[in-house]
Amino acid sequence: MPSMNKIAAALALCCAATAHADTIKVGIALDISGPFSALGAEARDGFELAIEKLGGQLGGQPAEFLRTDFGGSPEQANQLVSRYLQRDKISFFTGPIGSNAALAVGPALFAAKVPYLSSNPGPSVYAGDKCNPYFFAQYQNDTYDEAAGKVANEKGYKNVVLIAPNYPAGKDHLNGFKRLYAGAVKDEIYTRLGQIDYAAEIAQIRAARPDAVFFFLPGAMGINFVKQYVGGGLKDIPLIAPGFSADEDVIQAVGEPMIGVLNTAHWTHDLDLPANAEFVAAFRKKYDGRYPSVYAAMAYDTLMAMDAAVRDAGGKVQDREAVLKALRNPSFQSVRGEFRYGANNYPVQNYYLREVGKDADGRLTNKLVGITLEQHQDAYVGACKM
Amino acid sequence: MANPVSDPSRATVQTAAAHPQPRLAVRFPGLVRRLPWLVLAVLALFPLLAPLGGLEYYVGFVRRLLIVAIAAASLNFILGYGGMAALGHAGFVGVGAYTVVALVDAGFSSAWLAWGAALLAAGLCAALIGAVSLRTRGVYFIMITLAFAQMLYYLAVSLRTYGGDDGYGLYTPLAMGAWLDGAHPDVFYWVVLGIAALVFAAFGRVAHSRFGYALRGIRDNETRMAALGYPVYRLKLAGFAAAGAVAGLAGGLLASHNAFVSPAIMHWTQSALLLVMVMLGGLGRRWGAPLGVALWLTLEEMLKLYTDYWHWPLGLLLLLVVFRAPQGLAALFERRDGHGGAR
Amino acid sequence: MDAIFVFEQLLNGLGYGLMLFLIAAGLTLVFGIMDTMNLAHGSLYMAGAYVAARVHEASASFALAVLVAVLVTVAVAALLEVLVVRHLYRRDHLVQVLATFGIILIADDAVKAIWGVAPLMASTPAALAGPVQLIDGLPYPAYRLLLIGAGLLVALGLYLLVSRTRVGMLVRAGASNRQMAEYMGVRVGGVFAFVFALGAALAALAGALMAPISAVQIGMGEAILIPALVVIVIGGIGSIRGAFVAALLVGLVDTAGRAFLPPALRAVLPPSVAADLGPALAGIAMYVLMAAVLTLKPAGLFPARA
Repeated sequence: MPSMNKIAAALALCCAATAHADTIKVGIALDISGPFSALGAEARDGFELAIEKLGGQLGGQPAEFLRTDFGGSPEQANQLVSRYLQRDKISFFTGPIGSNAALAVGPALFAAKVPYLSSNPGPSVYAGDKCNPYFFAQYQNDTYDEAAGKVANEKGYKNVVLIAPNYPAGKDHLNGFKRLYAGAVKDEIYTRLGQIDYAAEIAQIRAARPDAVFFFLPGAMGINFVKQYVGGGLKDIPLIAPGFSADEDVIQAVGEPMIGVLNTAHWTHDLDLPANAEFVAAFRKKYDGRYPSVYAAMAYDTLMAMDAAVRDAGGKVQDREAVLKALRNPSFQSVRGEFRYGANNYPVQNYYLREVGKDADGRLTNKLVGITLEQHQDAYVGACKM
Repeated sequence: MANPVSDPSRATVQTAAAHPQPRLAVRFPGLVRRLPWLVLAVLALFPLLAPLGGLEYYVGFVRRLLIVAIAAASLNFILGYGGMAALGHAGFVGVGAYTVVALVDAGFSSAWLAWGAALLAAGLCAALIGAVSLRTRGVYFIMITLAFAQMLYYLAVSLRTYGGDDGYGLYTPLAMGAWLDGAHPDVFYWVVLGIAALVFAAFGRVAHSRFGYALRGIRDNETRMAALGYPVYRLKLAGFAAAGAVAGLAGGLLASHNAFVSPAIMHWTQSALLLVMVMLGGLGRRWGAPLGVALWLTLEEMLKLYTDYWHWPLGLLLLLVVFRAPQGLAALFERRDGHGGAR
Repeated sequence: MDAIFVFEQLLNGLGYGLMLFLIAAGLTLVFGIMDTMNLAHGSLYMAGAYVAARVHEASASFALAVLVAVLVTVAVAALLEVLVVRHLYRRDHLVQVLATFGIILIADDAVKAIWGVAPLMASTPAALAGPVQLIDGLPYPAYRLLLIGAGLLVALGLYLLVSRTRVGMLVRAGASNRQMAEYMGVRVGGVFAFVFALGAALAALAGALMAPISAVQIGMGEAILIPALVVIVIGGIGSIRGAFVAALLVGLVDTAGRAFLPPALRAVLPPSVAADLGPALAGIAMYVLMAAVLTLKPAGLFPARA
C-alpha cells in the first residue's frame, strides 16, 4: 500500500515538526463562532493581550499558545481537546465560555492529568461531588446570584420577580439568588432558550408589581429582554442581574436602556489596584478604547496564573504535583485583587456591586458601587471530597 | 432565464459525455470490486500503524467519523432510496444518546445493552414520528420532521435529571463483556468499525432486496406503486423506523465516544449538517454517506487549524457541489463504471 | 387575572404574530411562487438589521435607516439571484437546501468580517422609545404599535398586489401552475426575479424593524428562520393569506402558552411538576401546533396549489 505509507509519512512529518522539546504548550479552545461568539471574542482579546505581555513565554520558558475555534459545541470541544492532548501534548488547558463545553472536556483532561484553568465557567458539578484537583475556577456560577440576592436585601426590596431561561443552569442561577435573598419571590418565570419576544413575560411582571426584577438571561436573550422591558414602560422597576447579563457585550448592544441596571461580579474594570489599572490601560490601548469585560479580564488573569505557576514550579511542567501546588498557591497579582482557593479549587474572593452608567467621556459602562460579599466562598464546597 | 442550457446538472452530464475518460472500473474491474475490503483492512490496521507516525489522535478522529457515517448512511437510506427528506434525523441520534444516558444513570453498565436499547428506543420513536409525518409530502415532510426534532431538543434541554443544556458526563466507560476492554480506545475503535461494516453491508443488502427496490419505486412514482398493490405507507414507515433505529445506534456510540451527551447533538443545524454531508457524498449512492462525512469533517478539522473564518470555505464547497457535481462526490467515481450507482 | 391582562396578552400575541408575518411573507412568496426553499432568507433578514443599525447610528434617522437597509439588501439579493438562486429554480428542494445552507455559512462569516462578532447597538427611535396608554391601566410599547401597523400594511399591500394587479396575476399563475403559465407566454424568469427581490425587501424590512427590540448579531437570521418556516408551513406554502392567518395563530398560541399555561398548570398539578412541565410545554407549543395542523391538513391550512 504505497499510498497509505506516503500519507502516513507526510502526516508524521508535519506532526513531528511541531514537537519541540522545551516548549510549553497551552491549549486554548475558543468560542469564536456559535452561541457565545461575542464572549469568546472578548476572551480571545484577553488571551492575546496576556500573550503579548508575557512575550510568548510562560515562567520564562518558550511557550506555544494553540488557539482554535470550536464553535460553541460541546461535542467539538471534546474533539478539540483530544487533539490537544494526543497530538499536541499540551500542559495546560483553558478557554471555553459555556458550562456545557467545560463539563464535556473535563473528564478527558483530568484523566490525562492536564490542569484545566477555566477562564469563565465554574459549574456547580465541579465545585461539589465531581470536584477535581486539576480543575481551577474563577468563580462559581451561582456566587454572582448570591451577591445579587444580598444586594436586593440591602436595597430593601421586599418582593421580586425572577426570570431565567428554562434549563437547569437557569434554575441554578435563580436558586443562587434565593440563597441569600430574604424577601418574598412573587413569581418565577422560565422562558424558552433563545426566545426573541418577551412581551408576555413583561405583561406578567407589570401585573405582579414587584419592587425589583432579577434576570438571568445570557447573550441575545438578555439584549432582547432589556430592550423590550424599557420599551414596555417598566423603567421604574429596577433590574438586578448577575454580571454576565449586564457586561460590556450587553451594555454596548442595548445602549441607554441599560442605565441603572444593578449587577454583581467578582471583578470590575475600575477596581483600584495596580495590576488591574495596568491591564485595563493596556487593553483599552490595544482595542480602540473599549473597556474589557469579565471574560477578557479572566482570560488575561488565567495566563498570568499559568505564568506564575510555571515559574514557581521551577519550570518543570512535567512535574504535575509541583505545578498543581504552585497553581493552588497563586503568587501573581490578580486583576481582581486578593483571593485564595477553597478546598474545591474555587476561589474565596470579594464580590462587587456594579451599576451601569456613563464614564467621564460619556461612554456607557459598568461602574463600581462597592463590595457586596467579602471573601465569599461558594455553597458547594462541602460536597467536595478531595 | 431558466432555460435548459443554464441548467448546470445537464451541462455537466454533457461535458462528461463529450470527453470520454478512462474508466476506472473497465481498466481495473477487480480493484473497484475489492476496494471496500481494502478500505476496511486499512481502517482495521490503522490503530496499530498510527503510533508509528505519532497519529494516535487520528484514531479517535476516524472513530468519530465512522459513527457519524453510520448516522449519515441511515439518512441516505431513507432519503436516497426512499425519497424521504427528513430534517430531523439528529433527533433520533439524540434519542439514542439519551437512552444510553438514562441507562447509565439508572446504574446499568453494559455497552451492548445500552446500544441495543438506543437502537430500539430510537426505532420506536421514529416509528411514532413517521406514522404522523409520512402523511405529508415534500417540503411539508421536511418541516414536520424538523418540528418533532425540535420538540425532542427542547425536551432534552429541560430534562433536569440528565443535566439539561449542560449535558451529562459518562465518567466510566461502558463494559463490553469479559473479552473486550471497553476502556481501551483501540478496542472501542474496532467495535465501532465492526458495527459500521455491518451497517453498511446491511444497507447494501437491503438496497438490492425486494424491499429496497420497492422503496426506490415509491421514490420515483408513488401512485404507480400503490396501483401495483404495494402497501406504500407501511413500506415507507418501515424504512423510516429502520433508519431512525440505526441513527439511534449511532447516537449511542457517539455518547460512548464523547463520554458526554448534551442537547446540542440534536439541534436542527445538526440535522441539516447530516443532510448536507449525505448530499455532498451522493444521494442514494452506496458510498455517498461515508465519503461526504469524511470530506466534510476532515475539511472542518483542517480549516479550523488555520483560521477563525472556517465556515465560508465550507459554504463555497456546497455551492461547488450543487453546480459542478450535482450527483455528489460518489458519482464522480461511479459514473465512470458505465452503469452509475443507484440513480 | 383580570380582563385587561388577558386583553394585553392577546395584543402581545397579535404583535408577535405580525412580527413573524413580516418575515414569513417574503419567505412564503419565494417559497410558494418560485418553489424554491431559500434558507438564506434569514441571512437577508440579518443583512437588513445590520445595515439599518449602522445607518441609524450614523444618521440618527430611523426612516432613512430602514430605506437604506431595504435598498442595500435588495441589491445584495439581486446579485445572489443572478449568481446562485436563478440556477436553482428547476432543481430539487434538497439541492436548494444545500446551496442556501452554503450561502448562510458564507453570509455569517462575511458579517463577522465586516462588523465583528460583538452584537451591534440598534436603538429605538426616540419618539417611540416609551409606552403609550392605550386604555387606562394598559401602557403599551409605542414601538410595538409601529410593528403591528407595519405588519398590517404589508399584509394589505401584498393582498392588493397579488389579487388586484397584473404582476399579481402573473405571480398567481406562476405559483399555481408554472408550466402552464410558461406555455401561455408568461416570462416566468422575470416574474421570479421580481418576486425574489420583493421577498428580500420584505426580509430586510423585517430585519430593520426588529433590530430595535432584538439582538443584532450573527445567528439572528437562523433563530428567526425556524418560527418563520413553521408559520408558512402551517399556512400552506405560497399562500399569503395562509401565512397571515398562521402567523397570528402561532403568535397567539405561543404567547398564550407562555402567559397562561404555567399558572393554569399550577392550579391543577403539584407545584414541583407544574414548575417543570409548564415552561417546557409553553416552549414547544408552536411545534405542537404545527404537528397537529399537518396531521389534520397535510398541506397546511390554505394550500396554494390545488
